[in-house]
Amino acid sequence: MDLNPIFFTAFASLAIAFALLVVLKKNPVASAFSLVLVFFCFAAMYAMLDAHLLAALQVLVYAGAIMVLFIFVIMLLAADVPSFDLGRSHVGLRIGSGAVSLVLLGLFVWAFRHTESFGAKGTLTAAKIESVGGNTQAISQLMFSDYLLPFELTSVLLLAGIVGAVAIAKRQNPRKEGSGS
Amino acid sequence: MMQVEPWLVLSFAATIFFIGLTGVFIRRNILVLLMCIELMLNAVNLTFVVFSRQLDSLAGQMSVFFIMTVAAAEAAVGLGLVIALFRTLRTVDTDQIQLLKE
Repeated sequence: MDLNPIFFTAFASLAIAFALLVVLKKNPVASAFSLVLVFFCFAAMYAMLDAHLLAALQVLVYAGAIMVLFIFVIMLLAADVPSFDLGRSHVGLRIGSGAVSLVLLGLFVWAFRHTESFGAKGTLTAAKIESVGGNTQAISQLMFSDYLLPFELTSVLLLAGIVGAVAIAKRQNPRKEGSGS
Repeated sequence: MMQVEPWLVLSFAATIFFIGLTGVFIRRNILVLLMCIELMLNAVNLTFVVFSRQLDSLAGQMSVFFIMTVAAAEAAVGLGLVIALFRTLRTVDTDQIQLLKE
């Protein structure tokens, strides 16, 4: 793959470091800001892999919309006090889950390393994508032809998500109303 | 120039995935749990993009597009649930969310 090894190493190590910070930081706000940086590293990866539309969407949707939502909720709940929940989890659970993750990761790396062929090749080579006007053009053409039905269903899903989020978050405490238990 | 092998990029994505998985196991703050889920989703997205590039097909990138939409909806509904839970229980700690026990 024609990734630049220097940039790949830099962004990969940055992303792994910040992903570890997301898990290990006690303060949820610190976790959230580390997560933003992980998202930016992923956007850089997408750009290097010639997925330009996805790189832009990654910054807009993940680093923009989703993270604003997270930080908004953290501030709304005043939950930004450092929680020592990491130290409270069972030591055996911490060591066990870390070990299981490492073993599974090793298995995955071994499998990726020893895979000769990834499967049947498609037709959209880099030159072909270039000839139809770039990555965004090619994806748009695909989105509004072969993937039109899933694309429309996505808008239904988003509508359901909006209605559901408002309905859940707006519901008053049933105990106060006396209608619940 | 030296080339970056695809398996290296895939291994990087798997590393991020398992960091997120470990986070889901060891953390107790429900907001951090949701963030770890986002980490795992991103790792899967990167895997899709690598395969899409390797196989000369844009199906993988279309999948990433749909996963992003689902992730956005999931974050909105999940955080709505967190707000509703916090309103009822005054906590974001998963150890204290045990309404079924009461």
